[in-house]
Amino acid sequence: MCGVDYLGSYRLLGLLLILGAAFFTVAFTANRLLSRRAPSAGKNATYECGIDPVGGDWAQAQVRYYVYAYLYVLFAVESVFLFPWAVTYALDGFGMVTVVEMAIFVAVLALGLLYAWRKRVLSWT
Amino acid sequence: MTVTDILLLALGAVAAGSALRVVTTTHIVRAGLWLVVALGAMAACYLVLTAELVAWVQVLIYVGAVVVLLLFATMLTRAPIGPSPELDRARFPAALIGLGSGGGLAALFIFGYRWGKAELAAPGTAGVLGKEIFSGWVLPFEVLSILLLAALVGAIVVSRGERS
Repeated sequence: MCGVDYLGSYRLLGLLLILGAAFFTVAFTANRLLSRRAPSAGKNATYECGIDPVGGDWAQAQVRYYVYAYLYVLFAVESVFLFPWAVTYALDGFGMVTVVEMAIFVAVLALGLLYAWRKRVLSWT
Repeated sequence: MTVTDILLLALGAVAAGSALRVVTTTHIVRAGLWLVVALGAMAACYLVLTAELVAWVQVLIYVGAVVVLLLFATMLTRAPIGPSPELDRARFPAALIGLGSGGGLAALFIFGYRWGKAELAAPGTAGVLGKEIFSGWVLPFEVLSILLLAALVGAIVVSRGERS
């Protein structure tokens, strides 16, 4: 039943993607062709108030970023299930039972948020 | 060859090529960024195969969240800016295992389907998926919440270390 009209609904998106990639490629190629380059070691050095940098970079991250990213994954997965639920629960044959099912799902995940809050993961100090 | 065949071949080539770059690049952060391309091409494959919602979920969860998590994880252990060739292991066993499992799966699919033709299903929209989940797959759906909860508690316990 699908085919041309299904793929056709994504025609504009595909065209935009191709145009975007082409724009990016043309812009960067033109820049590469037109610009003058005279690389030197001094230009690659990190600029820090005119003082030569000493030692290496320090870019270690804290573990709490990871927990925040994980919390984001968790609630992204939850919201993904909210989409099919939102278009289904009002249909015939679903109704209250489906609402309760989603309530249990959200409640279990809220337990996780509660745990994170009680363990002071959410406070940034 | 139909439009679907051509699109699947092109997207499969993009996915396989970028997946190859994930394991061959020496910059570990670039490996994560190539993973975005590979997963995005796979999402486009799902889209061509009319699994609409799954494709956008792939973009939202894998490209948007899991890759961020992976990048944070590499940032936690080390935040390398240049190439890190010391991360390379012996390539021979890994190549053998990769080729073996990939070739085995490909052979399985080819012998399973031969040259039979499969009609594409009706677009898998949120409505279709919702009816399936909330009529026949409620228990796995609820178990999933327990799994996510366990993973979150585990992540918090591990990240807090001995301080508690």
